[in-house]
Amino acid sequence: MAGALYGGVILDRFRHPRFFGELPGADLVHEDVNPLCGDRLRVEVRLGPGGELETVRFQGDACAIATASADLLAEMVEGRPARDASEVDREAILGRLGAPVRPSRLACVNLPVGVLRGALRAIGGGPGPGASPDRARGTGGGSR
Amino acid sequence: MTLDARVRGDFPILARTVEGRRLVYLDSAATAQKPRPVLEALRLFYERSNASVHRSIHTLGEEATELYEAARDRVRDFLGARYREEIVFTRGTTEAINLVAQTWARRALAEGDEILVSDMEHHSNLVPWILLARERKLRLRAVPVTEAGTLDLGVMDRLLTRRTRLVALTHVSNVLGTINPVGEIVERAQSAGARVLIDGAQAVPHLPVDVEALGVDFYAFSGHKLGGPTGIGALYGRREVLEPLEPFFGGSESVREVWLDRVTWNDLPWRFEPGTPPIAGAIGLGAAVEYVTRLGREAIRLHDLTLVRDALEQLADLEDLVVYGPEDPELRAGVMAFNLPGIHPHDLAAALDREGVAVRAGHHCAQPLMRRLGVTGTVRASFFVHTGADDVAALGDALRRARETLGSGRLRPSAS
Repeated sequence: MAGALYGGVILDRFRHPRFFGELPGADLVHEDVNPLCGDRLRVEVRLGPGGELETVRFQGDACAIATASADLLAEMVEGRPARDASEVDREAILGRLGAPVRPSRLACVNLPVGVLRGALRAIGGGPGPGASPDRARGTGGGSR
Repeated sequence: MTLDARVRGDFPILARTVEGRRLVYLDSAATAQKPRPVLEALRLFYERSNASVHRSIHTLGEEATELYEAARDRVRDFLGARYREEIVFTRGTTEAINLVAQTWARRALAEGDEILVSDMEHHSNLVPWILLARERKLRLRAVPVTEAGTLDLGVMDRLLTRRTRLVALTHVSNVLGTINPVGEIVERAQSAGARVLIDGAQAVPHLPVDVEALGVDFYAFSGHKLGGPTGIGALYGRREVLEPLEPFFGGSESVREVWLDRVTWNDLPWRFEPGTPPIAGAIGLGAAVEYVTRLGREAIRLHDLTLVRDALEQLADLEDLVVYGPEDPELRAGVMAFNLPGIHPHDLAAALDREGVAVRAGHHCAQPLMRRLGVTGTVRASFFVHTGADDVAALGDALRRARETLGSGRLRPSAS
């Protein structure tokens, strides 16, 4: 049943995330919300001597897909230069999640991508303001 | 025979399956499914009488106008309004509230005046007031929600002052299901000299509503939550309050005569219905109103109450599950929000969908209330006339299985 719902990678990363936690003394901190559901995610980054993302930690109150996506994203960018890190997009994460994600839940994958890019903007490593991980689907509010 | 057993065949969509299982539709508070008489009314209109209303002299035009205005009369009867001029068709509750904000309130309220809302409002009954307050330097104040999930009327009395010009509250909370004591609120508001607007979006599908008996000045609702089409709803506005107002939107139907430098306004209610209206939508709404009236609104309320009792019992059997809102079923309409600690509402909703159970998850466009409850979101099950004990049982079973599959997710530190 669990496998049918989300697939093994999502459930494993949700239950046992490797990159969740706080990072006291982080160089970069950014947080944002998913306007569709109110989920909030925060990223903290410590930079290495060469400007690379030495340590990356996420925290927040988020669903299994957003949590697993954040955890995979952290794994994919840790140790890499900011420029490379900001290029990791939703498609790259979807490729690692190993299970189809419905259109209504793509915003859950977008959330960590947007939060990390927000953090990297502070050092000129992210795309310009207004850039969004994905605009193929609206992120407006909902009905009652 | 229970109500749901009698009417289930009226809803063609309930015959479909989801994930190979019977559709258990528990998201009626977001939008209700449509009974056959509504679908038939739409089809018949388009197949037989489609024409524009009010100015087409030909036969079809006459028929369309007659059907459109007959729908207005049905809505008037449905709400217990005295005059048909008091029923303005809008796109829905949201537009109806914005209409009041941008016409009556913009004209009547001045700097320093206060609007009293509550912590359980849907964003649709907050954002129009926030916009107006910012522009006109008004102050929004909010009646708090008690631990029991009801409005704190004691605090409301203290917040009601000479400065309060409008009390804008929901009749039924779209999260807690709480039925607010509108009659009592109107008495208190009116003795303070304030007008009252009620957001009836979640009330009309569940409760008998009589705007004259309640004494409200404005009452807004959406057709699609009542089994009607989307894009149509209505505003009830007391005639003497609407009469001096100018239109919300300008356009053809809003005017009597137009010169390049001035206009004179059309009569109520057409002054507020510029442009070609959603004619089929209004006719569909009329059919929905007739449908629930025929089932009997007292009978619907009793059915709803039985479901609420049943659901509260079923959910109480699930260890750890937190149900929000009043414990007393009499204080609730068929809307029920809950959480399983440690499981995100969206994950829970996705797991339920795998079993054909459709529920809503998220903040339900009530973020001040989510903050009050200390959560980012909840799962919500909501009922309509076709909902039965089997649907509630299916919810309970699906929740039990979802807890097994998702329940061991660990709690992580929250962002501050």
